Amino acid sequence: MATNGKADVVIVGLGWAGSLMAEELTRAGLNVIAIDRGPWMDTSTHTPPAVDPDELRWGIRKELLAKPKDNTLTFRNRTDQVAAPQREHGIFELGGGVGGAGFHWAGMAWRFSPWDFEIRSKTIERYGIARADDGEMQLQDWGVTYDEMEPFYDRFERIAGISGKAGNIDGVIDPEGNPFEGRRTRDYPTPRLKTLRSMEVFNEATARMGYHPFTIPAANLSQPYVNPLGVSMGACTYCGFCLAYGCGNFSKSSPQACVFPVLMRRPNFKVITESCVIKVNKAADGKTVTGVTYVDNQGREQIQDADIVCVTAFQVDNVRLMLTSGIGQPYDPATQTGTVGRNFSFQTISGVDMWIEGEVMNPFIGAGAHGSQIDDFNSDNFDHSELDFIGGAGILTLARDGAPISKAGKLPAGSPRWGSGFKKAYQDNYQTYTTIFNQGCSMPVKGGYLDLDPNYKDKFGVPLLRLTYDYAQSDRNMAKFTMDRSIEIAQEMGAKHITPFNFADKPFTTAIIASDHVIGGAVMGADPATSVVNPFLQSWDCHNLFVVGASAFPMNAGYNPTATVGALAIRAAQAIHQTYVHNPGSLVEG
Amino acid sequence: MNRREALFSFGAAAAATAAVTHPAGALTLEKYPTQMALDPAFAPRPAPRVGGQMRVLVNDIDRRTLAAAFDRLMPEDEYGPSATQAGCIEFLDDQLAGPYGAGDVLYREGPKMAGEDALMQAPQFIATPRERYATGLAALEAYAKEHDGASFADLQPNRQDEILRGLEEGAISLSPEVHSKAFFELMLNNVREGYFSDPIYGGNKDMAGWKLIGFPGARYDYRLYADRVGEKLDLEPVSLIPRD
Amino acid sequence: MTTMRKILTGVVGLTALAAIGGGAWAWNTLSTTRNAVADYSTRLADFRSTDEAAIKRGEYVMHAADCSACHTKGNGDFAGGYEMPTPFGTLVSSNITPDVDTGIGAMTEKDFFDAVRHGQGSKGLLYPAMPYTAYVKLTDADMHDLWAYMSTVQPVAQKIDENAGMPFPFNIRLAMLGWDMLFFKNAPLPVVAGETAEIERGRYLVEGPGHCSACHTPRNALGAEIAAQNLEGARVGAWFAPEITGNPHVGLGESTVQEVAAYLGTGTDGKAMASGPMAEAVEHSLQYMTEDDRLAMAAYLKSLPGSGKTAPAPLAASTPAMARGALAYEVNCSACHGVAGEGMGLLAPAFAGNHGILADDVTNLAHVLLVGARAAATNVTPTSAGMPSFAWKMDDRQIADVLDYIRNSWGNAAAPVRPEDIGALRSELDAATKLATPLQ
Repeated sequence: MATNGKADVVIVGLGWAGSLMAEELTRAGLNVIAIDRGPWMDTSTHTPPAVDPDELRWGIRKELLAKPKDNTLTFRNRTDQVAAPQREHGIFELGGGVGGAGFHWAGMAWRFSPWDFEIRSKTIERYGIARADDGEMQLQDWGVTYDEMEPFYDRFERIAGISGKAGNIDGVIDPEGNPFEGRRTRDYPTPRLKTLRSMEVFNEATARMGYHPFTIPAANLSQPYVNPLGVSMGACTYCGFCLAYGCGNFSKSSPQACVFPVLMRRPNFKVITESCVIKVNKAADGKTVTGVTYVDNQGREQIQDADIVCVTAFQVDNVRLMLTSGIGQPYDPATQTGTVGRNFSFQTISGVDMWIEGEVMNPFIGAGAHGSQIDDFNSDNFDHSELDFIGGAGILTLARDGAPISKAGKLPAGSPRWGSGFKKAYQDNYQTYTTIFNQGCSMPVKGGYLDLDPNYKDKFGVPLLRLTYDYAQSDRNMAKFTMDRSIEIAQEMGAKHITPFNFADKPFTTAIIASDHVIGGAVMGADPATSVVNPFLQSWDCHNLFVVGASAFPMNAGYNPTATVGALAIRAAQAIHQTYVHNPGSLVEG
Repeated sequence: MNRREALFSFGAAAAATAAVTHPAGALTLEKYPTQMALDPAFAPRPAPRVGGQMRVLVNDIDRRTLAAAFDRLMPEDEYGPSATQAGCIEFLDDQLAGPYGAGDVLYREGPKMAGEDALMQAPQFIATPRERYATGLAALEAYAKEHDGASFADLQPNRQDEILRGLEEGAISLSPEVHSKAFFELMLNNVREGYFSDPIYGGNKDMAGWKLIGFPGARYDYRLYADRVGEKLDLEPVSLIPRD
Repeated sequence: MTTMRKILTGVVGLTALAAIGGGAWAWNTLSTTRNAVADYSTRLADFRSTDEAAIKRGEYVMHAADCSACHTKGNGDFAGGYEMPTPFGTLVSSNITPDVDTGIGAMTEKDFFDAVRHGQGSKGLLYPAMPYTAYVKLTDADMHDLWAYMSTVQPVAQKIDENAGMPFPFNIRLAMLGWDMLFFKNAPLPVVAGETAEIERGRYLVEGPGHCSACHTPRNALGAEIAAQNLEGARVGAWFAPEITGNPHVGLGESTVQEVAAYLGTGTDGKAMASGPMAEAVEHSLQYMTEDDRLAMAAYLKSLPGSGKTAPAPLAASTPAMARGALAYEVNCSACHGVAGEGMGLLAPAFAGNHGILADDVTNLAHVLLVGARAAATNVTPTSAGMPSFAWKMDDRQIADVLDYIRNSWGNAAAPVRPEDIGALRSELDAATKLATPLQ
């Protein structure tokens, strides 16, 4: 049964992608209905300053996230294994309510590098085809270049109020910023965050080593700000309760803080909450879609018809909806044919934990994206000719939080984990701990993909998504290389104790949270044979279906994905209201 | 209450606004919600003020075993109170009585396959934490009875440590039903949670855990201190809910 | 006075007054000869103004008088149906669309003038919930324009029984005659010699269409405004409409006219921030006025001498209450309201130098602390940030402590807050009680 009249656009999932698209589309006059499986959540009524600073509830129990009970995947490394479900919270940190993961994210607001978008072409160009086609990796370009993305990155940064310092404005390099970044047309809308002690030590050490440290662009705002929509944001208080938390004072960019105040007041917008879309409905001819089927909060199946469907859920749910709806050809790893599910990628993480004797870091002062980074070993910023990998990692130090339960595990090697010895070690080392985290790129592999699990189902009886994946050897080599660099930096920082870590020196697993940046499965590209959506995120199979999110990334960069998701969403929405609605059909030649 | 209601109820007790609840009916929002009361589902959930009355850890032997283990993991010493002195038993009882203990977030559908633990590189459980404590504590007590002829709680501290270390290192298996190493990690995680979480949850009495390391607690603004880089601040810790 | 006594007083007063309705006194009160300028012949249903300029001016008068605030159930359609609880029973706002059977379609312009300016409706006397005591000051020109605008409103068939919720004797409309004779001053705005054009315009807007006194002037037991305390602040339900005269301590004396005008137009002057009932006035009415008109209103309000209230000596920062309040402020408040009470841009009000928080009556501060509030949303300030509720976290004394702190820091000075006042409001709002925590 249809409960609402037909909408111009139905949006599946009201996170960053959904809310940015809804804002564009409603401003253009279209009637938009969003459907979100989570409840309504907002700053003052759900995560105010008096509720937010609670590590047990939000940081440890992760109550803002979607429950694995309701949303999980199965996982295996290889096709000859039987996949098992991820039963506890793992690497899939989906949002539990309206706002999606954009409500509880840390706030690192990166642009990907120009190299990332043209990874195949640039790798062949610089190192030859053998490096790109090594038999394992499945490299492909995005179908869009960094320069084409720049205006949309800029728009996202303005809406979110990102704090940072540009390193490259129209080709003019500013050593205070990131000298390796792609060309920007202007600086960030708000200045970079303060330099805290761990950053200071990192900056000095890396500068001495000839590297180029800079402050990470953050969605934790350094000062009050009014965005182009007229929405006011607050200034970060460095409270340290960001990742897995809401933000009580409107200073962490989120759909709630940046978009909802205007979107929710538009008469041509509404959101249906606590209702889960289980299928995108195809028209009889299979060339278009007619809307979506969802299960409402009473457990009733409902249909929402629409002229345009935008699937803007979390990456894994975008892919699952494509598979359960029977849209597009599922990927077959044996033949590398089919597209839906291909090019899953993660991130390849290594680094060091360190303790610098005598330091007072005051780790409780910080913010989710608060830190310093060098990009000297990221992307293709260094010569890989003599190396056994491509890509690299952002090497960063974080001043994120001093959460006392989770930090209890951060003690020098050999420290007691319990007893009086533990208490002494924790007291001695809480203030001296810091870390270097290498956020590495992740290249898709031919054997890595997403499909529907034959054994496990969710509460609606819909098969769980199944992930088959292990790291590319190139990425493993990269993680080892960057780990060695981070050890050198830690030594230069004067660390007395150094504990290196490398998540890629063993098989990948979803149970160990090296990162939570999962991407791919409904990737974008210029070739319908190797991509699910075209460069405007429009389905190659059904032209009134847009699949928007990190599911579209054909590879993962050494950066956090959110700003790229936002930029792609804005770009897709503008293509819809500027072009598509006037002449429905494919926006590009396939 | 809006302006017109306010205006015309002058002098009289205004009709109270309806308490906000999780909307239960059709959940379509067409406007920006204006109700500002804290959503009840998001209000803090302090442990009950019951003075030691247990809801889950009602078996005396289990509770003594747990207390003994917790107090070896976090003993009383010059750094502060023991786990039980800090309220970690009350903390755990409240946690086990709630959604955590019930495994509310866990995907618990079977089958659990033989290779799951190895594949995931971490032990996997369909059992809830409440169930794992029930079996684990009983098995720990049975192990002490069998090997030492006494309750675990009555063993010498160094012997208790020896058994705990055996669990931690995987050298001791309490029973085929209990993943002993994982049970140790469960206890260690929970005692740390009790010792270092907000006192509203029953542990961290007098914020002893936070004072141990100098964590200032449920504060939300460090702008006055962020520029004092490298300086020891000695901020008074605060709880989510201040004492009356 | 308790609610019960107030109601009883009203019963006795109104019935007695209804009995003596008659004679010249009543004639003066009821006289509508001013309205002879209006058209007697054409019903609204049969009239559609073609004077676009007049329609546009009339819409402006509608916004200035904020008709849609009451005559709608929330969608601005003028079809009435809005329930207004009063101490005397529940009134329902009427349908003022041009529908003949259920609206005012059968009214002529003269009938309309009689209703708006004199409280004499098609079904009898209006209840003074309709602010005809202020609208009586509307000029003939504004009334003609408003009539033109009303002719453009879409008719909606919706039958309203305005006083079905009023018990005897308040369901007798004629009883309002007695009230009118006591409290209705049947006269246009008097001319004040020597007044500037700006002040004159401001006075008209404030005292006429703006009907500011409906909230900001205290009322007597029968619900009539006390003229001698015009705009000097009044309790309005569970809110306090503060003094808005030139008084420098608790009024607008320390604000510039530009700041006051900005507040009226956007809900904030960069320090104070409208919430609750005033946020609605800004959203539905004041944001649509011209900046010149808002400046005129500000100039007039600031020209009023007001109550003469003066600042007390501030509480010493060293008192235990102030020390407790300081910590509570840093933990709970400063993230939005600033480490030195400076506020946060257009999001959260400042406390330093904000005279709106210094009145003896702390109802507003306590109200927003207990149950929260949203700031006004306007076209230029759409954020409408939320103040969260703290009833679950703080007991009455803890709320009093933090209020003492913000009212007596950064140059502020105000009377100490009594925890029992917080408790009374907590009950009145049915706000949560503080959550119990484990005994420590």
